[in-house]
Parts: sequence; C-alpha cells; structure tokens
Amino acid sequence: MARPQTITEKILAAHSDRDTVRPGEIVNARIDLVVCHEITTPPAIRMMAQMGVTKVFDASKIVVTPDHFVPNKDIQTAELTKELRNWVKAQGIARYHELGEHGICHALVPEKGYILPGMTAVCGDSHTTTLGAFGAFASGVGSTDVAAVLTTGELWFRVPETIRFNVTGKLPHGVYSKDLILHIISKIGVDGARYCAMEYHGSAIASMSMEARMTITNMAVEAGGKTGIMEADDITKNYLSARTDETYTVYKSDGDAEYSAVHNIDASALEPVVALPSLPSNGRFIGEVGHVAIDQAYIGSCTNARIEDLRIAARVMKGRRVADGVRCIVVPSTSGVWRQALREGLFEVFAEAGCVVSTATCGACLGGSMGVLGKQEVCISSTNRNFVGRMGHAEALVYLASPATVAASAIAGHIVDPREYLERPLRREKEAGVPVGAVATPEQEEYLWGV
Amino acid sequence: MGSVVQGGVIRGHAHVYPRAHINTDEIIPARYLNTHDHAELAKHAMEDIDPGFVSRVKQGDILVGGEDFGCGSSREHAVWSLRTAGISCVIASNFARIFFRNSLNNGFLSIECAGFADKAKNGDDLEVDLAKGVIRNHTQGTEHIFVALTPFVQEMIAAGGLLPMVAKKRGTVYNPAIAAAKPDVSVAQLKTVRVVS
Repeated sequence: MARPQTITEKILAAHSDRDTVRPGEIVNARIDLVVCHEITTPPAIRMMAQMGVTKVFDASKIVVTPDHFVPNKDIQTAELTKELRNWVKAQGIARYHELGEHGICHALVPEKGYILPGMTAVCGDSHTTTLGAFGAFASGVGSTDVAAVLTTGELWFRVPETIRFNVTGKLPHGVYSKDLILHIISKIGVDGARYCAMEYHGSAIASMSMEARMTITNMAVEAGGKTGIMEADDITKNYLSARTDETYTVYKSDGDAEYSAVHNIDASALEPVVALPSLPSNGRFIGEVGHVAIDQAYIGSCTNARIEDLRIAARVMKGRRVADGVRCIVVPSTSGVWRQALREGLFEVFAEAGCVVSTATCGACLGGSMGVLGKQEVCISSTNRNFVGRMGHAEALVYLASPATVAASAIAGHIVDPREYLERPLRREKEAGVPVGAVATPEQEEYLWGV
Repeated sequence: MGSVVQGGVIRGHAHVYPRAHINTDEIIPARYLNTHDHAELAKHAMEDIDPGFVSRVKQGDILVGGEDFGCGSSREHAVWSLRTAGISCVIASNFARIFFRNSLNNGFLSIECAGFADKAKNGDDLEVDLAKGVIRNHTQGTEHIFVALTPFVQEMIAAGGLLPMVAKKRGTVYNPAIAAAKPDVSVAQLKTVRVVS
C-alpha cells in the first residue's frame, strides 16, 4: 500500500520518477514551465554563459514577458529588457510577450492558458505561487535556479510539509478572497508556513472564481510558503477550456494524507481586512483600523488587478470622486485585462472619478515606478507586501487591502469599510420584501446582492 | 569576494540585526534592481535598515540576524549585495526559503542557530566551524551548536554552488570570471564568450 500523499507530494513524485516522496526529502524534479522577466532572468542568462551553455533545455517550455519596470523606466532598465529580448530571439522562444501584449507574469501566464493542473512551474519571482490555484506545483526561485533549470530542465526541491486550510461557509458581501488571505496570514504570521505548501479546501474556495483563488495562492509567500495550492475542479476546467486545448493530469490529495497542521476557517465570519504597516501579517478587521488618512490609493499588482478586481473597484467608484489630496492609481495586471476594462467602460468610471490608469506593470508595488511613495506618505494598496521601503521611501507607510477597500478609501480620503460604498440598489429592496428602514433577513440579503 | 570557505572554518566580526523578518526590500531595495552588477548592488546593501552598514563592513565579516531572515522577494540580488559588500556568511535563527536557497545555490553559507542574535554583539569575533557544527564567539568565550547542513547542501557548498555542480555533471566548466562582464553585455559579446568556453 503506497503512502497516502498530498497533491504537492504527488506532483513532485511524478516529476522525479518516484512513486512517493516524503517531506524533507530532496528531489530533482522536471520542470514543465519556466517563466522569465527582466529582473531575475538577465543574471541567469549570464550564468548560463558562465557554464558554457549555449542553448536552453526546451524553448517551448519557456514564457517570457518584461513586467517589473515596463515601459522602461530608465536607461539601465532599457538595457535589461534589451538583454532579455535579444536572448529570446537567439533562443527561438515563441512565447514572448512584448509591450502591448505584456503583463505581470503571474497574471499573464494563467490568462494565456499556459499553466495547467499537474504541472511544475518556476520563475525567478516569489509570487510564482499564484499558479498553484490551478492544481500545479509552482514556486518562486532565484536567478541561479533559473540558470540551472533553463540549462537542465530540472531543479532541486526539498519536499515541503503541507499545511491544510479548510475554508467553509461563504464570504459575506463586500468581503473578498484578499480579506481571507490577509486574515490567514495574520493568524499564522509571515513565517507561519515557512518552507511549507499551503493547501486550500472547502466550500468557500469551491465557490470562488479562478481570479479570486489566485489572490489566495499569490500570497502564500507572504506566510513564508513554498507554494499555495488548490485542487483543480470544474471552475478550473472551464477557465482553461476557454484558453487552451492542451491536456493535463489532475492530482488530488489522498483523504488520509499527512498534514503538518490543519486550520479550519469559517469564511462567513470574516469582515474586510487591512494589513497595517509594515508586515503583511498585521491584518486587522476594518472596524479595528481607526482613522487613517491616505495620500495614495493603488489598485494593481499580481495579487489584485485582474478584471474582476477592476470591476469591483469601478462599482465602488462609479459616480463618485477621489477625495481631494488623494492620488488614485489603477494598474491593470495585463494588456488583456487593460483592453477588457476599456471595452467594459471601466476606464471611464476611473477617469471621471479622478484616477489615473497605467499600462500593466509591477510598478509601484515594489517601489519601481508609477506611484513610488515619498517620506512618511501613506498608501492603501491592493498589492501583497507592505514591508519597510517596499513601495518607495523607507518611512512611507503601506496598508494592504482588497480592491474594494482601496477604492472606497480613495473616495473617502481615509481607510474605510467598503461595504458602505457597495450599496444595495434601493428599488430592489422593495422587490425583496424588506420593509423600509428594516434590516434585511439573510435570505433577503442573498437576493439583494445576487445581481 | 567573500564566502570563501577555507579549511571548513569562517572567521569574522559580527554585524548584529536581531529583529525578525529582515526582508529583501531592506537588504537591497528594489530601486537598485535596475542592475545586476554585484559591485554596484553591494554599495546599497542593508541601506534601508542601516545606511552605515557598507562603510563599516570589512571583508570576511559575519552578519547575524533573527528569525525569518531574508523574507520577501526572490531577488538573488540580496545575497550578491551582502557577499560582495564583504560578508562571508549569515547566521540567523532561521531563514526565509528563497533567501536560504539563493545563498546555498551561490555557495554562500546561511547558518541556522536559534537565538544566537540575542546574545551576539556588534564586533564580536566569530568563528563558524563547519566540520564540528559549532559557532565560537571568541569575544564572549561561548560555543553554539548550529543546525547541521543536509548532505545535499554540503555537496553543493563543496562544489561552490549549484552552477559548478550542474556544469560538472554536464562535463563543462563553470567560469565565474565571466561575471566581470558589465550588465549591458550584448548578444555578440555572449557569443564570443561561448566560443571561448
């Protein structure tokens, strides 16, 4: 009888020609997808030359997009993207996404259908864990790792212990997957899942869209995790069938698989969460945040700038104006999201509210460009990290929240509960049978929000 | 370059940062990621946590950190900046995984020793004895056992890092001298390099 295994163990075993693997073992796993951007890949290109390597292991398994400092923010950045572009040409890599077709890699790769269940994927970027939402093993690595994998198609991994999160119930209205993951990180800490896989189950996850799920796996690294992972289901399959004809293997954890810890979370009990400076684990329910005036509101990043995020932000901002003295910056995560938002009229909402809209870029999330913060400036951001110096000056203060909370705070000029801005349409209260001035029953609430 | 392990012993003076979660944005801020030139990065090591660090650090010194050292981004630039600034190894209670991975891949030692940062003082004369698995604090006259390196990591460290190990397996030679090339190296230059190697 084979040892019962988690989905992570099964994928790593299958990619290292093993029947089973155990946490703590070192395996050399074949890699199905290598994602490259202009910060961590140029050093790897150099390292390959240092090893006397002239050809990548398999150009068809590589995806390349510039994303961190695009459009080039200075001469040195221009040199980095040029180095990347020249290398792509020299290696004959077809899946290269130039400016205009580019995107933040962790958002672009799923959008194009490049990540599939059962795959192993790496990138020289810590938020590679995002791709685990598809039932893949995806982990961030360094440039030396990128050089090794581009050369050999394999990479060493210590098989991680797995922490299981059972998320039951349903997220209340105005509460999103970002609030859930900020809550989880606040409970376990920024190193609560150090070296571990974070595996998610439960009705709250099952009812989420792929975009909402990706926000959760994206932030695995903010708890120190090696990967965040969810089993592929019909929602995954439907998302992929619109994007790719490739076949794939769906792995699921055995019922009696071993977990180093199990956490049970009732999503229904959650409220909007804001992570206070300067750790992602400083999450507080919105009611405990107090009055925090802001200088900037930033809606962007691989965490929360997909089309659903922009729709939520637009819903909050429609017909309203950004508060005096506040800068609101909207950065769609990919060129595809940008075009979709344009078609849906979301940019009109943002523009009339007084926001600026950028092309896709990692931008100010890492203090690169498009909204870098000055000394003691305060920003509420839909991004993933609020470390000291992350978005600019070391004395700037960053609060992390959902796109709804960021958008509502931009309107208010200080951090607020977005639910006050996600008002129910009044005319439908009558249809739902809610007496004027009365509080709706849960069933009536369900109806009112079910638009 | 630091991180040269001679006779399995590393000796240097301590720079102590006992706080937990010292992250890659503090070790090397993203505003300097527009280059991967190690010497340039080294000028800004630890800048956002200790602007005086680079001017004080001497070749071979040892950085001592608290829990979850190096959390945050995957930027290997954090390891390169510390090593090129002169640091020979980092001792911390424990490490964030990508920093740990990056350091070992570079043949640069990350030593796990719980609570060491709470006892060490800036300037202490430290010695890491890899064979015996102990850290000696000569200033304080104390000895501390550290978490043993796995056989795989020992093999990688002995090889000088992941790339020399990969090159050896492929029957090529890893030539770090090529690292001297400037970041704006052109494809033509890379081709020349390939011919040479």
